[in-house]
Amino acid sequence: MPELNQTPVIRVRGLISRFGAQVVHDGLDMEVQSNEIFGVVGGSGTGKTVLLRTILGLRAPDAGTVEMHGRDVRQLAVADRSSLVRSYGVTFQSGALISSLTVAQNIQLPLREYYPVSEKTLDELAELNLALVGLAPDAGTKYPSQLSGGMVKRAALARALSLEPKLLFLDEPTAGLDPISAAAFDGLLLYLHSQLRLTVVMITHDLDTLFRTCSRVGVIVDGRMISDTLDGLLQNQNPWIHDYFHGPRARAAEKDTHG
Amino acid sequence: MTVLKLEGEGDDWRLHLNGDWSLASMAQIEVQLNDLPDTLRGTLVCDWSRAEAPGIGPAWALLMRLTDLGARHLDVRHTGNPPHYLELLQKLKAERHAARAASTPPPILERSVGKLGRWAVLQGTEARAVIGFFGRIVTVLREALSRPRALRPSSLARHIYETGITAIPIVSLIAFLISVIVAYLGAQQLGRFGADIFVVDLVTISVLREMGVLLTAIIVAGRSGSAFAAEIGVMQLNEETDALRAMGMNPIELLVVPRVLALIIVMPLLTVIADAMGLAGGGLLSLVNLHIPLSQYIDRLRESLSPTTFWSGLIKAPVFAILIAMVGTYRGMQVRDSARELGRLTTVAVVESIFLVILADALFAIFFVQIDF
Repeated sequence: MPELNQTPVIRVRGLISRFGAQVVHDGLDMEVQSNEIFGVVGGSGTGKTVLLRTILGLRAPDAGTVEMHGRDVRQLAVADRSSLVRSYGVTFQSGALISSLTVAQNIQLPLREYYPVSEKTLDELAELNLALVGLAPDAGTKYPSQLSGGMVKRAALARALSLEPKLLFLDEPTAGLDPISAAAFDGLLLYLHSQLRLTVVMITHDLDTLFRTCSRVGVIVDGRMISDTLDGLLQNQNPWIHDYFHGPRARAAEKDTHG
Repeated sequence: MTVLKLEGEGDDWRLHLNGDWSLASMAQIEVQLNDLPDTLRGTLVCDWSRAEAPGIGPAWALLMRLTDLGARHLDVRHTGNPPHYLELLQKLKAERHAARAASTPPPILERSVGKLGRWAVLQGTEARAVIGFFGRIVTVLREALSRPRALRPSSLARHIYETGITAIPIVSLIAFLISVIVAYLGAQQLGRFGADIFVVDLVTISVLREMGVLLTAIIVAGRSGSAFAAEIGVMQLNEETDALRAMGMNPIELLVVPRVLALIIVMPLLTVIADAMGLAGGGLLSLVNLHIPLSQYIDRLRESLSPTTFWSGLIKAPVFAILIAMVGTYRGMQVRDSARELGRLTTVAVVESIFLVILADALFAIFFVQIDF
């Protein structure tokens, strides 16, 4: 459970994101506490991925601030920025594994970049990360194009974990997976969360994942974010949130987890 | 910095983990782990109490090294508040060792013979594939006789614009400059014999016979041959060509034939422009440098040309166009799996098409001399 009176891991204030005349975020606020799994949901085109890219510093906000561990990410010196980037792991929607490298080489890529260790150790670390995400050792020698969709998601997670981050960003980690693989991924996420004490920010449309893993959820509606626990959101009277959490799919997912 | 300290003797050992044990000290940890003697027997107690910020990677490396040291002879225990994920790592390690299988590479002779064989087979299949590719283009063209829509006029128009119209400035500029250079250098040499006027012959014949079309072909290969390969290659990576096939459409008809036809149409036109600009460049230099008035330049130009000079250059253009377009589209269709392949095959497309163009040009030269064209 998140502890109170602690600096939030991520704090977004008054974020405004514009694409031409279209305003995606209109004064969005968001806070993620340490050691929670925070889900981000919202309809298509409400800027979930834009929010993630803004937090990661891949996109400059049109207004507003993004703080990580209490420090504005846009005001950081180059050295601080680079150590901040190393402190979190990211998986992208389509995996974004480097296609010309094997899975093991993908995992070793950031390690090789930042730490001068021998090939043998690199191999051992790649093996460790594969084992953490539940991939067989021989998956390491394969190229991304030879992997199934579920394996790509796991391999991307293995790469995101390779620098031992305390904070993990996942963009639709279960999209495109069959329900069994998706459920396995949920289990893996919960397992890693408890074992490695990770803070996780996860964009997802998968209601099962949401109900099973997330301690709090932020819903993007009308360019702002409404964050609450799932129970709180179930009581929320906003029409979109009501439809989202009381649609036919949501009811089924809710029944599975609660009861 | 010492991160490891081994104490004890006989059957009773104690391993102190000191200082920073995060991933950042991985290099030291690795070295000092390797320095552990492999003669350890009995019990080994790992004391974590003075390890700061122990990371998963270093802990894993420690477990792996201890396993290498001989798990059978060594009873390892952990004390002093070991990291919470140690249990997880031990579980993973146990699973790992059950799954690990040793594979030895085949001997070197076998490998090299195998490589040679694979290369030969690859060349064979490649040759067949090229012929098949050509055949499929011809099939579409034959089909187009009864169904003109198969020629995809709108896409043809787009490619004519992109490979032709937009290439006019660069083709003109380069043809102009090269002929100025040829005329300038020619004038230096011929001037010594008082044969300035033959600069006109030099420029007109070299531009019309060779340089106009060859320069155009090289520019088009660099501009459009690479674009063809890259465009089709990215479509391959995105499974767009598979989507077309699945919708019952023929990627050769949709993607390849319009590009080939567009280049066949465009190349002769660009060659004519290059010829004209080349002659203009020669004329300008003759006027400025050799003080040959334009009227005299044109008269001399008429005299120096035989009726076939112009055509002997132009006739090569469609042939070069077919070579460039086919190599570009074929290499594009070959892209599979990775961004690196895309880059490699785009490069191959440009290099190969320029090579084939020059080879074909050489054959044309011999042929034209033989038939006195």
